[in-house]
Amino acid sequence: MTIGLEHYLTVAAALFVIGIFGIFLNRKNVIIILMSLELMLLSVNINMVAFSSYLGDLTGQVFTLFILTVAAAEAAIGLAILVCFFRNRGTVDVEAVDNLKG
Amino acid sequence: MIGADLAILTPEIVLSLFAMAGLMGAVYTTKDGLAPALTWGTAILFVIMAFYIGVTGEGNRIAFDGMFVDDAFSRFAKITILLSAAAILVISQDYMVKTDLLRFEFPMLIVLAVVGMMIMVSAGDLIALYMGLELQSLALYVVASLRRDSVRSTEAGLKYFVLGALSSGLLLYGASLTYGFAGTTQFGGIIEAAQGEMPLGLLFGLVFILAGLAFKVSAAPFHMWTPDVYEGSPTPITALFATAPKVAAMALFARVVHDAFGGVIGDWQQIVVFLSIVSMFLGAIAAIGQTDIKRLMAYSSISHMGFALMGLAAGTAAGVEAMLIYMAIYVAMNIGTFAFILTMERDGRHVTEISSLSAFASKEPTKAMAILILMFSLAGVPPLLGFFGKYAVLLAAVDAGLIWLAVAGVIASVIGAFYYIRVVYLMYFGEAREGLDGRMGLMQYAGLLVMAAVLILGAVPGINLFGIEAPAQSAAAMLIR
Repeated sequence: MTIGLEHYLTVAAALFVIGIFGIFLNRKNVIIILMSLELMLLSVNINMVAFSSYLGDLTGQVFTLFILTVAAAEAAIGLAILVCFFRNRGTVDVEAVDNLKG
Repeated sequence: MIGADLAILTPEIVLSLFAMAGLMGAVYTTKDGLAPALTWGTAILFVIMAFYIGVTGEGNRIAFDGMFVDDAFSRFAKITILLSAAAILVISQDYMVKTDLLRFEFPMLIVLAVVGMMIMVSAGDLIALYMGLELQSLALYVVASLRRDSVRSTEAGLKYFVLGALSSGLLLYGASLTYGFAGTTQFGGIIEAAQGEMPLGLLFGLVFILAGLAFKVSAAPFHMWTPDVYEGSPTPITALFATAPKVAAMALFARVVHDAFGGVIGDWQQIVVFLSIVSMFLGAIAAIGQTDIKRLMAYSSISHMGFALMGLAAGTAAGVEAMLIYMAIYVAMNIGTFAFILTMERDGRHVTEISSLSAFASKEPTKAMAILILMFSLAGVPPLLGFFGKYAVLLAAVDAGLIWLAVAGVIASVIGAFYYIRVVYLMYFGEAREGLDGRMGLMQYAGLLVMAAVLILGAVPGINLFGIEAPAQSAAAMLIR
């Protein structure tokens, strides 16, 4: 069996859905939400590289490098905000993020 | 030619250099001592850049092989963004000083967010779109949690971050599918691939991109972050969220659906109609029970985004023009309203309960009159400007054959009028009790009165919306070819 484009797309779609479910179903820890966000971005990277190689076009790989950079910046900012929240609230439970109703 | 490309990006480059120089300068000198000067300098630079773009910009220029587009549409959006951000900086300074929040990072982060917004509205490629969106979002996540010793502010930042990053992820997944099935990330190439019967993958890409953008404009059903973030963030930040980023996201929305998917209007029209109708009704109905004026403004902005999306749903040049005019009027109304909200205080503490406005008119008749004008304009009562914004989008929807959508819009607008009028009722006929006692600074007072005057005068026949119609028209014509 040869591994073709559709296999890569399936893996990426599965990872993306796992990422989304990780955000919405997880009731424990905000850190897990950050991991899920990262997983979503990485699944997009798999998509991009697979398409790039399939199309023989480099744009997708350039895009991937941009996404990796932005994902790193996003993780840094997310963790910084989380540290501030932890100092004020003393916990990183998802259940504790409830001071604003809604 | 790199020199010619860079010349087209002059405003963005100047602002980025200013942000970096400001950060370094403040770190190596007096730090927060420089903050007031930097805030004023930023506001002045924004106004200068808005004038520069308005005076020198002409025609349709493309930089970096189509990555960056400078046309009438992007210039209209950029000028609105720059002027509203400058106004917010000016009116928020007193509040920031009083609450000990005026750090030098505040104006600099806003400069970076504004650069991101300017790149968003000029994007001609999915990569530029993503980079601009992220530059804007990352800066805004930080300013939402600017008061880092408060649970509410950090929680608002955390919620905004998680949902904002989720929406970026959705948008990015859509971008990857679009790239794969169109074979290019350039809008000019995507529009050629997206003609007639679209491949299913491209349709999925479109849906994901629209979902991500709907998050950014806080259109229902992707609005859930808005009330919490508006309530938890410091009030000047709330004022910023309600104005410039909304304009940028709405302009980006228009550019993506027309520049990249303009060949398949039927495919995205039904999605935009759905977003529009749900936002209008949710914003109007959910706002009724609110007791906090910042949450009220959040639902109000969701409802207003629904109306702006109605213009976009028309899918015509008249619709885009109506959307641009609507956004400009929306921004003016929000600046005026937030200039007042920023100064709501009792015993030296900032209060945001709507009930504290009770019998306000007997104490401060001039301010109460100005707020009455702003509230009636937000509700869309003629002859104020807010009515003409609504009229333009409703007309565009009717002309495009979406009569039932326009009827729904009128019904939602009548429901929404209830809570604006309740604020006015409280001010004029509410029971007198311990109300607001704060003094209003000169800048906030000027912001409130000028915006109220603008909303009245704009509808006078000789002034005709201050002449924004013609630029909005050429902007819309640029987008729809």
